Amino acid sequence: MENFIIQFLNGLVFSMLLFIMAGGLSIIFGQMNVINLSHGAFYLLGGYVGLTMVRQMGNFWLALLIAPLLVAILAVVIEHFLLRRLYGAHRHLEQVLLTFGLALIFSDLIQWNWGAYVQSVPPPELLSGHVPVFGLDFPIYRLSLIVFGVVLAAVLWLILERTRIGAIVRAGVSDAQLVSGLGINIHLVFAGVFAVGTALAALAGVIGAPVTTLYPGLDFEILILTVVVVVVGGLGTLKGAFAGALVIGMADTLGKAYISEFSLFLIFAVMAIILLLRPSGLFGLEGIGT
Amino acid sequence: MAELSVKGLTKHFGGIAALNRVDLTVASGARHAIIGPNGAGKSTLFNLVAGELPPTEGQVYLGERNVTALPVYERANLGLGHTFQRNNLFMELSVFANVRLAVQHRLGINRHWFRPIGSFKQLEERTDEILRRVGLLGQRDRPVSALAYGQRRALEVGLALASEPRVLLLDEPTAGMSPAETTEMTGLIESLPESLTILIIEHDMDVIFNLAERITVLHYGQIISEGTPEQIRADQTVQEIYLGSEGLALSDGDGGEPGRG
Amino acid sequence: MTAVDTPLLRVRGWVSRRRPWFLAALGLAAIVWPYLASAIKPFYLSLTIDILIFAIFAMSLDLLLGYTGLPSFGHAAFFGLGAYVLAYIASRSDLALNLTSNLLVTLPVVMLVTAVVALIIGFFALRTSGIYFLMITLAFAQMLFSIAIRWSGVTGGSDGLPGVARPTVGVGPLSYSFGSRTSFYFLVLLFFVGSYWALRRIVNSPFGWTLRGIRENEHRMQALGVRTFRYKMAAFAISGAFGGLAGMLFAYYLRGASPEMLHWSTSGEVLIMLIIGGPGTLIGPMLGAGIIRGFSLLISSYTERWETLMGLLFIAFVLYAPQGIVGMLRQKEKEPDG
Repeated sequence: MENFIIQFLNGLVFSMLLFIMAGGLSIIFGQMNVINLSHGAFYLLGGYVGLTMVRQMGNFWLALLIAPLLVAILAVVIEHFLLRRLYGAHRHLEQVLLTFGLALIFSDLIQWNWGAYVQSVPPPELLSGHVPVFGLDFPIYRLSLIVFGVVLAAVLWLILERTRIGAIVRAGVSDAQLVSGLGINIHLVFAGVFAVGTALAALAGVIGAPVTTLYPGLDFEILILTVVVVVVGGLGTLKGAFAGALVIGMADTLGKAYISEFSLFLIFAVMAIILLLRPSGLFGLEGIGT
Repeated sequence: MAELSVKGLTKHFGGIAALNRVDLTVASGARHAIIGPNGAGKSTLFNLVAGELPPTEGQVYLGERNVTALPVYERANLGLGHTFQRNNLFMELSVFANVRLAVQHRLGINRHWFRPIGSFKQLEERTDEILRRVGLLGQRDRPVSALAYGQRRALEVGLALASEPRVLLLDEPTAGMSPAETTEMTGLIESLPESLTILIIEHDMDVIFNLAERITVLHYGQIISEGTPEQIRADQTVQEIYLGSEGLALSDGDGGEPGRG
Repeated sequence: MTAVDTPLLRVRGWVSRRRPWFLAALGLAAIVWPYLASAIKPFYLSLTIDILIFAIFAMSLDLLLGYTGLPSFGHAAFFGLGAYVLAYIASRSDLALNLTSNLLVTLPVVMLVTAVVALIIGFFALRTSGIYFLMITLAFAQMLFSIAIRWSGVTGGSDGLPGVARPTVGVGPLSYSFGSRTSFYFLVLLFFVGSYWALRRIVNSPFGWTLRGIRENEHRMQALGVRTFRYKMAAFAISGAFGGLAGMLFAYYLRGASPEMLHWSTSGEVLIMLIIGGPGTLIGPMLGAGIIRGFSLLISSYTERWETLMGLLFIAFVLYAPQGIVGMLRQKEKEPDG
């Protein structure tokens, strides 16, 4: 029983990481109609940049701020020089291949720069240590990650639902032409959304690194789980990303803990069943992305 | 005998009833028109009959058979043909290949997966025959994307005819056509075999009164009148609600784009 | 439309007027090549075998993407599965009958298994379309990749399954082994020509035209009465079987199956081959396979950073030649000004 509670908490931790990833992927898709296959690479890049900063300056909190910012700047450059040239309804495949090419490049360069071995990242001093949970020790850092995920979800939700920028983004999800018709610079919106979505991936990388450690290939593992999350939750909505992340994060963690050889079957079985019942995901907008 | 009938057909979009308990019977071999102002529910009715949308309530019958729960392709296989208001063609394929797709399904040869398509002689003959009937034989090998608008409309009809339907739904066949093209299309529809049951939506009143033997008037999702063209012309309610307003666009002025070709 | 006179079109016209001669010359070159290559540098023959196998793989995806309009990002699933099925058969005890290395056994088993798995994946993936389809095929392929890594008792984990002998045909003393590189080259060449011939026949059949109809306008096909789901399933199965065939040949070539064959970069690579060559042409994907495999094998012997260079190549092609080589030739024909 105690073990189950620990695994359950671990599941929540991983769900929150997946939510931050999926939120970014989903916002980018919803606004720009682009599936960004380099999203996983940005997680890894964020994690490694954070790692380097922690080692150089010894300050986790600064890394938490700077790493997403650097990655966001990189995203703006990519959006401006590459992605912008491929906008259009029937160019999904080309967008996907472009971001796939970027993913290959990043993964190779990351390995070149940071090496091909597993690197662990210590959690910040302030959040190190354990607290007793039902008689078992649980890392404070992981608990705070759950809290952070929930807070971030709430903040994102508030921004999307209650602010002018959020309204523009939401309108863009349903009708990009409408947004540009309102005299809003759609290019600026796209660049901003891509930067924010990518920064979320980098943020997940920094805070996730103490949990997942960092190694080549993690970019792809995390990308696939994120893709499964948005497929299950439905593209283009924050609610979907959250629900999908909970389902997949739990299935992955509990599966690995109890039926380790078949844990992947569990994830894909969940995905298959949800797709059979709801082809556009739990909270997906009907007809999006087709 | 009724070839096509709907009973109590209702469709809600959100809280709005686009179609409200419509009963309609189309006799075998009839030339039956549906008219009504924009937003009257004509297209919704067509979509429900063809199976593009599920009804909120009510049934659709093809002959004696209740087809309400059947998907689009099964209704098509039961003899329901359908042309679309907005051209719905295979844009990058040739005119010939477009019609051939319909004919090859009709002939039941789609599952031949290893025999060259050119070896089916009957397929080619029937396809050319349809093309001749809709006047597109001369355009046979051009891609649809290179056709003029009126020619695409004719191809729409050709595709539907190639399936040899019992009932043909024509959704504004002359929409956006020049007067010359409209005349041609009307002639084409008139030339269709008498045994074919035709249900037509059309804005051009000349076309309607030329073709239709029976007219149903829809308004706000409900049938307000039905009868012969003479009866409809004489009907006071129809005059007020429909013909008096934007309606009766007697085709010459607006209605059509200037001719091309 | 008036044809314009460009050097490319002139070459094309020249070739098509002399097609029989051209084909004869190509055939002769293909026969002489292994002997010539061994004289220059044996590596070139290996490179040719590699390219021919990937050409089969790319053509198999073309049936889905180019002809049916289904953008699968998980085609490596069938490539890898074909390889693993072969490697698994090869690792079974042989009973001295030459069964487990016998092509007459392995070929049908591999193609049947990959076709069945394709039907299972297709059953779920084909309920969706567009970007969802792309993501779901990616996810399914990844599932096979992870199984290959984790179920090490059967798949050998990250080492894969080594120890696949070159194929044989015939029984007992009457068997022939494609043991030498040259004989294996001719075997692969035979499969390459056979696959092209079979796929060409399939796409020119009524079934193949039905697939084109689905690509152009699936909704209209349904309105004509066609149950499109079934045809898409069939296309998926055929495509999977040919992808499995390519994977099987690659496992014979590498003498083993490895998880990289299931990796998403393999799926991406074959998609790029189609984009470079031009989807929906069969010939284009072949050219794409030649360019990508040739490039990657050549540069990987010069630099460690070949993945970065491949990524740059992908991006360059996506940005500057999105309709592919064959598409560019056709474009020139259609639009004189272009």
